[in-house]
Formats: sequence, structure tokens, C-alpha cells
Amino acid sequence: MAERVGVYVCHCGSNIAGMVDVEEVARWAGANLKDVVVARDYKFMCSSLGQAMIEEDIKKEKLTRVVVGACSPHLHEKTFRRACQNAGMNPYLCQMTNLREHVSWVSVDRKLATEKAKALVSASVERVKRQAPLEPMYVKVNPATLVIGGGIAGLQATLELADAGYHVYLVEREPSIGGHMAQFDKTFPTLDCSACILTPKMSEVGQHENVTLLTYAEVEEVSGSVGNFKVKIRKKARSVIYQKCTGCGICSEKCPRKVVDDVFEAGMGTRKAIYTPFPQAVPRVPVIDRASCIWFERQKCGACKKLCPTDAIDFDQQDEVIEVEVGNIIAATGWKMFDCKRIPQYGYGRLANVYTSLEFERLCNAAGPTGGKIVLRDGKTEPKEVAIIHCVGSRDVKYNEHCSAICCMAALKFGHLVLEKTQAKVYSFYIDMRTNQKGYEEFYQRLLEEGMVFVRGKVAEVTDAARKPSEQGKLIVQFEDTLLGKQQRIPVDMVILMGALEPQADAKEFGLKLGISCSMAGWYTERHPKLDPVATMTDGVFVAGACQGAKDIPASVAQGAAAAARVQGMITKGKVMIEPIVASIDEESCSGCRICNTMCPYNAIEFDPEKEVSRVITALCKGCGTCVASCPAGVITGAHFNNDQIFAEIEGILWDAAASPHGNGSAAAKPQPTAASL
Amino acid sequence: MSEPFEPKIVGFLCNWCSYRAADLAGSARIKHAPNVRIIRVMCSGRVDPTFVLKALALGADGVMVAGCHPGECHYLEQNYKAMRRFHMLKHALQAMGVDDQRVRLVWASAAEGQQLADAIDQLVEDVRRLGPLNWPANWQEDAQRLKALEKIAHEHAEAMEVLS
Ligand SMILES: Cc1cc2nc3c(=O)[nH]c(=O)nc-3n(C[C@H](O)[C@H](O)[C@H](O)COP(=O)(O)OP(=O)(O)OC[C@H]3O[C@@H](n4cnc5c(N)ncnc54)[C@H](O)[C@@H]3O)c2cc1C
Ligand code: SF4
Ligand code: SF4
Ligand code: FES
Repeated sequence: MAERVGVYVCHCGSNIAGMVDVEEVARWAGANLKDVVVARDYKFMCSSLGQAMIEEDIKKEKLTRVVVGACSPHLHEKTFRRACQNAGMNPYLCQMTNLREHVSWVSVDRKLATEKAKALVSASVERVKRQAPLEPMYVKVNPATLVIGGGIAGLQATLELADAGYHVYLVEREPSIGGHMAQFDKTFPTLDCSACILTPKMSEVGQHENVTLLTYAEVEEVSGSVGNFKVKIRKKARSVIYQKCTGCGICSEKCPRKVVDDVFEAGMGTRKAIYTPFPQAVPRVPVIDRASCIWFERQKCGACKKLCPTDAIDFDQQDEVIEVEVGNIIAATGWKMFDCKRIPQYGYGRLANVYTSLEFERLCNAAGPTGGKIVLRDGKTEPKEVAIIHCVGSRDVKYNEHCSAICCMAALKFGHLVLEKTQAKVYSFYIDMRTNQKGYEEFYQRLLEEGMVFVRGKVAEVTDAARKPSEQGKLIVQFEDTLLGKQQRIPVDMVILMGALEPQADAKEFGLKLGISCSMAGWYTERHPKLDPVATMTDGVFVAGACQGAKDIPASVAQGAAAAARVQGMITKGKVMIEPIVASIDEESCSGCRICNTMCPYNAIEFDPEKEVSRVITALCKGCGTCVASCPAGVITGAHFNNDQIFAEIEGILWDAAASPHGNGSAAAKPQPTAASL
Repeated sequence: MSEPFEPKIVGFLCNWCSYRAADLAGSARIKHAPNVRIIRVMCSGRVDPTFVLKALALGADGVMVAGCHPGECHYLEQNYKAMRRFHMLKHALQAMGVDDQRVRLVWASAAEGQQLADAIDQLVEDVRRLGPLNWPANWQEDAQRLKALEKIAHEHAEAMEVLS
């Protein structure tokens, strides 16, 4: 039986009608396109009256398919699907075509625009006739959540969910939670002490009845999909029995092996082979760094084991892999610092008194290696002149195109701390000053008043090659003052490089595990840059904090809370609809070649060795259609985008082309639908 | 006919980046040639070479396939697969005597309305210069070309197997 198609062409006020002859398109569709039984144009199809018109036609005219030519389906596909559903039609039998964004708004010639609109309507009519009713699928949502990364963003998300009564597994790969914020002394722009605002949150997470804290642990494998993920987590061997340890710290105190701490102290300080990264670490349970431990080197020492009052040391402990089930995942894996050695002309690693910003954070931290005294590498000399260089590795096509967003503010913070703690003069070498959040510009003004010197210019080089006596023994910053247009040199004692915030080195790889994509640089891609900032294209996986792009603490916290709110919404609803746009394999005709198995990015195709055929695991399939295009036997069907539908769409869209079965050129009209064909 | 030649071009745009780039070109009122008629697919990885052949055989003068930038495909890396398929398709088309300027693979992120519009204009201009394709008429005459097509399609299938 032939389908009965209704075509609705929207004026969108004058947005479409101003460039496309919508009446003509509707008239033409009704007269020329096979199986079209109703064709109308209307001022605003998406209005309640427009929708009612469709609903009424479906009932009265017994429409079996609907085509709406209006704006982008990304805006109103749901609206018109719902309207069809209200009238008892399966929502997937409604097709939208984009006459506004793709036609009227981009065209200048009314005749050509109208032709294009006709082609798009014709394509949709041909396609919609081959569409099949699909049933949305629902799955239950497991109320537990996995949060990855225990920086401020992950902590915020964890607490929001745990406080709301839901269980959270928090996985952090370092021995303690806290992230980068734990390394800072003060936080801009208010200068509150970082530890004072962070550690209460850390201990709250550590003690929360709804939180399973898994530190020194990594996510190995994620399977399943929204609502029901299965996650394998590797708990690395701490060599300390968690349940026995009281955190007294005797082991670290007595451990004879000292090593440079490249992580928490950013190379500025040392730690022991058995250690907690910092005194307020959560948990307080230390780990043995087996690479530096004497016992693991030559079965000697064992001081910690001998001295531990609770016999908590276990040199034979093994990694343990556990599996947890969660409904949603929040990735809050943060950032890493640009390797300042990549810009050799700034001398980092060669000139002792050139510091990275993280090193300087440790240097001025009261709990840091110098007890917060700002001194040169010799450990005693106070600098008389300090240069802070902005945008190191940021806003530079050679390294990172992006602005790291926080460096100007952190530089101001450093300026303030130097001016407060020393007699030194502080220079900032900036390209542009970026202080555009609440309270930030005011902080900049404050530093201007405090006497920080701002030099607009790109630094060419930091060198110790003196040209005159006043430069002797100094670091010379050579730069072009872009306001004066002059090359200049300023001798200083200390240089701080504001290194860029970069995506984690393993961001891409880790994203693949979670099934989320990232930008070329490696920042995770949000579902929509403005309107959906914490969801990703993978349902049930959310992102928060600096892993999505360089940002400050307030923004990271906001995203952590936002991601938690999104997850709570999912949990409260209890079930999620998954689009039935999935692939299926005709097992009868599958040759078992297994090409599709490896093509699927989500491992959604399994091979049945007994029947020797491949099968799509519907719950895992995201409907990209790659397997459909790759099957040499052509036996995979992509629901809603099957070959038949797309071929029909191609035929329809070329209705006026020479070789089209629909006739030749705009002159030739197709035969009118006859009563018999209806 | 004195009317200027208006190429008919079919565009296969992925749902996530390039289709949205076309939407953005619209919202930003970036005018461009009306000759590319867009078909939405979920991913550029869904574009079966036969779609392109079918379009050309039905009378299209050119085809555009557009997807997200490499590394930004919303289904992880399907656009790399699209890229490989596309190169093979180009070879096949050359063997069949179709100027490979008529088919084009374009990357456009959802933010690149301008770039997509430029790419559309460029393709339309190039195809206009080449003139109507009138392809089916051409290749039916030439049995050898058909054979070449079959051969390449065959190689193509094998290549698909190796590449993954
Ligand atoms: C020098 C400097 C000073 C700054 N000062 C300020 C300031 O004063 N005020 C301000 O607002 N902002 C400041 N910032 C910015 C601030 O550092 C970031 O906004 C903040 O760290 C972002 O938090 P986050 O939780 O997203 O990431 P992070 O702090 O980077 O935390 C991420 C956590 O995830 C863990 N992780 C990573 N990958 C994995 C994995 N695969 N599995 C498990 N765990 C993982 C990491 O170990 C880490 O604990 C400063 C930045 C710099 C460079
Ligand atoms: S000595 Fe034992 S109890 Fe104390 S911190 Fe070390 S492992 Fe824990
Ligand atoms: S459509 Fe994509 S996600 Fe689904 S089974 Fe095929 S390749 Fe995998
Ligand atoms: S979704 Fe755009 S290329 Fe894959």
C-alpha cells in the first residue's frame, strides 16, 4: 500500500518566505511528488497552531508520513516528532528538512533558493516513505556514580552527589586527592589560603559514608553504556595495608631514603620512599614508591616494617583489580603543566634561577621547601628583582594556540606575594592582560597600586651573558617593548615562567576508554560549547574542570557541581531513553568475515564463533554507521540511516537532474498521483 | 540554452560537526552558492562510496563529503576511516575518467560556518569550470572502465580489511 505523505512548509515569519517561494514549494510538492496527499505552507509551523495542523491532518487525512520543511532539525526535530506522536504516529516517521539555515539564510537568489528547497523537500519525501517505525529504548539508571580525578572539580562533584544521598566511587591516581590546588599557597583574586578552603573538602570526601575513595588507583576499562557502566579499576599496590594503617607517620619519618619529589613539590623538595605527598593528604595512608625503596632494591632496610606500630607494611602486596557498576561517569582529570624546557631561550633547566609557576607556588608556600621564604636556588639570597613572563607556551602556534586563562591572574598573585614578602621589584612581561572574571580586574588595579611593573612585550630571551657591569651575575631579560617598539634588556635575579595549562598527556587515550572525544590539543569535547558544557557526546559521561579546557578554580567548581546536577537528574528520573538509531546485522546473510568487528569504535559488535556470524550489541551501539558502510556483503542495516533510505534521499535530491528517475530538469513534471496509486 | 550552468552537487554532512557548521553558516547569514544539497548522515564514516557513485550516476556534477576534523569525530575516529575510503574512491573515479576535482572531502567543526561556506563556494566554482558531468552516459560506453571500476571496488574491499 502506498504511503500517505503530508508536506508542511514553514514561512518562519519572513525568515524562509523572504527568500524561498514557500507557497510554490508546497504547491509543487502536492502536485508533483508521488504519494504526497497533503501539502501546506504556514507562517509558523512550530507554533501550537502549526503543530495542531499536522496532528489534525494525520487523523483526518490518515497520513502515514510527515515531512516538515522548516529550520534545522537540531532545533525542532523533537517538537515535530512529538506532534506526530500525539496524533498516534510513530515519531520516527516524521522527517525534517532544513529550509532556513541551509537555504533561505544563505542564499541571495530567490529562484535558485526555491529550486534548492524543492530538492530538499523531494529528498525528504522519498526518504520518509522508507523510514520505519522505531521504538525508543529505555534502560534503568544505576544510582552510583564514578568520578575520575580528585582535583577541586572532582571533589565538588563527589560531594554534591554524596550529600544528595548517592554513592560515589572517586578514583584518583596519585596517593592523595587534592589535585593542583593542594600545591598552591594562596588563591587569586581573594588570596585566601588554598589549603584552608581545600582541605576541609578533602576530609569531608575522605569521611563521607557515601564515598568509596580509591586513591593510587586507575581506571582500566569501561564497558556498558549510560545507566549501566561496568568499570574495572586497578588499585596499585601501596605496600601498606589500608585497614591497619593509622596514619601516624612514623614510617616516613624513619625511612632513610630521600628522593626529589617531582610531583607534589614540583621538584623543589624531597620526600621519603614511603610517603604521603603532603601533611594534610587524604587518605593519610602512605605508599611505598617501589622504584626508590631500598627493600625493593636489595631486600635491605625494612625500617618502616620494623617500626610500624600496627604492622601495616606489606612488601608483598599486589595490584588489585576491582569491578564496580555505575550509572554515570564524571571525568575531572584536570591539566598538566607545559614543559618549559621546550623553549630553550628562556633558560629553564639551564639557568638555576629560572622557575616554573608551579615551582614558585611551592617556593612561596608556607608548607613548602623553604617554609614560604622567597629565596634563590642557593636557599638564602632574597631576589632584588623578579621577572614574571606570561604566556609561556600559550597563545603561540608553535606550542599551544589557546590562552591558558589563569596565568595573568596567577602572575598578579605572584607579584603580590613577592612584593609582600620581599623588598624586590617585580616586572610582568605580558602580551595582553586578561582579567575578565569577577574581582579579577580589581585585583589587577590593586597590583598596579602596589607597584608591580607591567611591561607589554614578548620576551625573546633570558640569558646570563652580561653586556655591561650592571648585568654581571644577573639574569637578563631581553624583550621587545611593543608599546615603545624598542628592544630592551632588564637584569633581574629571578625569572618565573607562567607555563601553559595543557591537557593531560594521556587525555586522548583515556578519552578513548570513556568513549569521549577531545579537541586536537586534547581537551575533552563537551556536547555543546555554550548550551551543554558538561555533557559529552557519550550519554552518561560528563566532564568537569580543566580537563575540558584551561580554567580557574571557580569555573572548575561550577562545572563539578553542574556535572553532579546532571547526574542527579538522571538518577532521579531512574531511566534513560536511548535513541533507537542502531545497527543490526542480518545473521542469515552475514559471511562472518569480521571486518565490522574491528571497525566499530565502541566494540559493539561481537562474533559468535558457533554460528560464525557477527552480532551488534544494541546497548553499546551508538549508531555511527561505520560498520554499515564497511560490510562487504552489505548485510548491516543502520536503523533510520539505512542504504535504502539514503539512496532514496539521493534520488529525491536530484529529482531535477538529467539521469534522475524522477524526470529530467525542472521542466518535466512527474505524473500526477492517480487515485489508484493512493 | 542560454542559462548559465548551475552544477548540482550532493553534500553528505555528518550530524555533529559539519551539519552544524552548515547550520552556523545559516545563523550567521554567511551567503554561499545554493548548489550543494545537503544530506545528513550520522558520521562521515557512514558515507559508503556507493553513495557518491550513486549521486554521480543519477546526474550530480559533484559530491562533497564533510565531517569533523581528524581527532574530533564524535564517534572517536570514524572520519579517519572516511578519509581512507575517500582516497580509494578518488582513485576509482580517476580510473573511470571522472575528474577528481568533482568530489571533495572537507573537515568543518561546528564552529566553522565560514570555512564550510568557503569550501562549498570553491567546489561549486571548480565544478562549474569543469562543466556538466553527464557521467552515466559517459561510462556506459566504455566497458574497460567498468572493468577498472570492478577491480578497484575489489581492491577497496581488501583495503578496508587491512586498514582497521
Ligand atoms: C601556577 C598556577 C597557579 C594557579 N593559581 C590559581 C588560583 O590562585 N586561583 C584559581 O582559581 N586557579 C588557579 N590556578 C588554576 C587551577 O590550578 C585550576 O583551575 C584547577 O587546578 C583545576 O582543577 P581540576 O580539578 O579541574 O584539575 P586538577 O587540579 O589538575 O586535578 C585533576 C586530578 O585528577 C587526577 N587525575 C588525572 N588523570 C587521572 C586519571 N586518569 N585517573 C585518575 N585520576 C586522574 C590528577 O592526579 C589530579 O588530582 C592556577 C594554576 C597554575 C598553573
Ligand atoms: S608507620 Fe604504619 S601506621 Fe604509621 S603511617 Fe606508616 S604504615 Fe601507617
Ligand atoms: S553503527 Fe557504529 S557503533 Fe553501532 S555497531 Fe556499527 S560501528 Fe558500532
Ligand atoms: S561524527 Fe562527524 S565525522 Fe564522525
